[in-house]
Amino acid sequence: MELAAAAALGKLIGAGLAAIGSGVSAIGIGHVAGNYLAGALRNPSAAASQTAMLFIGIAFAEALGIFAFLVSLLLMFAV
Amino acid sequence: MADPITEAAEGAGQAAGMPQLDFSTFGNQIFWLVVTLVVIYLILIRVALPRIGGVLAERAGAITSDLTRAEELRRKATEAEAAYEQALADARAQAGRIAGETRAAIQAELAAEMDKAEAQIAARAAESETAIAAIRDEAVASVTAVARDTARAIVAAFGVTADDKAVDAAVDARVNEVDA
Amino acid sequence: MADATGGPSGLQIHPMDQFVVKPLFGGDTVSFYTITNVTLWMALAILAMSLLLVWGTRQRAVVPGRVQSMAELVYGFTYSMVEDVAGKDGVRFFPYIMTIFMFILFANVLGLIPMSFATTSHIAVTAVLALAVFLGVTVLGFVLNGAKFLNLFWVHSAPLVLRPILAVIELISYFVRPVSHSIRLAGNIMAGHAVLKVFAGFAGVLGLGSILPIAAISTIYALEVLVAVIQAYVFTILTCVYLSDALHPGH
Repeated sequence: MELAAAAALGKLIGAGLAAIGSGVSAIGIGHVAGNYLAGALRNPSAAASQTAMLFIGIAFAEALGIFAFLVSLLLMFAV
Repeated sequence: MADPITEAAEGAGQAAGMPQLDFSTFGNQIFWLVVTLVVIYLILIRVALPRIGGVLAERAGAITSDLTRAEELRRKATEAEAAYEQALADARAQAGRIAGETRAAIQAELAAEMDKAEAQIAARAAESETAIAAIRDEAVASVTAVARDTARAIVAAFGVTADDKAVDAAVDARVNEVDA
Repeated sequence: MADATGGPSGLQIHPMDQFVVKPLFGGDTVSFYTITNVTLWMALAILAMSLLLVWGTRQRAVVPGRVQSMAELVYGFTYSMVEDVAGKDGVRFFPYIMTIFMFILFANVLGLIPMSFATTSHIAVTAVLALAVFLGVTVLGFVLNGAKFLNLFWVHSAPLVLRPILAVIELISYFVRPVSHSIRLAGNIMAGHAVLKVFAGFAGVLGLGSILPIAAISTIYALEVLVAVIQAYVFTILTCVYLSDALHPGH
């Protein structure tokens, strides 16, 4: 009985820890967008052609945050 | 035995926790997804894409043909302007020529008319001169006759019978004196 | 679909209930041909797409109306995306990419309607899409380029010593592609909808104070609309990037 309670506790703590990853990926996305903006302000004429790269970069950075979110969900509901 | 969260989730839904991991529904989802994708693909390839692509191509064609037509019209306008300029220059030259010709013709006619008029005037003047001369001669003759008659009457009034011939000679001499 | 009930045990939020696959016309068993809410919302996606691309362009006007302008905009947007990213020779795959884009876009946006069912929030759906792209691109790469397709993993611009290590990394990243490709879409949609449900649960128990969660929901909803469109765009443009790799493996 105590073992089960400990397992439930650990699951939720683990889920909370995994959710930190979402926040870290937010930092990554901020880096991508901020550097894009800095580059775009330096050379505005080249900015429009690189928006696709911006979204691809954001997508890659975001995917890892989504992984963390998924791990957290799995811990909460599926384990 | 289970933790409260899983228990609650199990109580609410059919699947434990995440419905996304309920493998019993995967077959259903995949089947309908494939059906949906095939239907969308068929709609796109049979109807939508050819139609929109056709409309876009038609619009591009219309714009191109409009541009070429505008170009052609502009060329035609330029040509028409050149032709108009040419016609204007021709007309101007012709007008100048006609004006010159007319002027020359008028000049010649005028000269001829002048000559004719002058000749007429000269003829009339000569005629008049002869008429005047005749009238004067006549008048002179009349004056002589009247003077002779008057002199004869005066002489008769004085009671003097005078020779007609002498009177006439005297009068003639006086008249000639006056004339001279 | 009550998300929160102020039961004796306090706050009870079931953010995942909205993703449950249910038969529409009664019954409990979900066999593969059962007409479920998945069927309904996918059919609605087809309907919405046809409404835009078929019904909207029925006049074939040279000077387009509003709906036709939007249809042409979507067409031109996707076409230029394929052309820019995958190159001129990628244009022949435009119908397939348009199919994927239209399905994901309309499924995402329709899923945002309250009480609706987001088909793209299910890993089964996105995994099939991503695997189709992955397998198609891999097969295409080998068919078009033969063994030269493996140049994708053997980076010629790197020093010779580093190449084996890079090859391992490239290989791993190549096989992670379908995983990240599918989970990104499903995770984004799932996360957004779950967050909306959680805030809705707060609103259900706070009484007068529920104005705060409602304001938060409105803001997050706007963000989710953006995410729905951007995720469809990202999925499509990554498909184009993978396709470009298959067409020109020498980088």
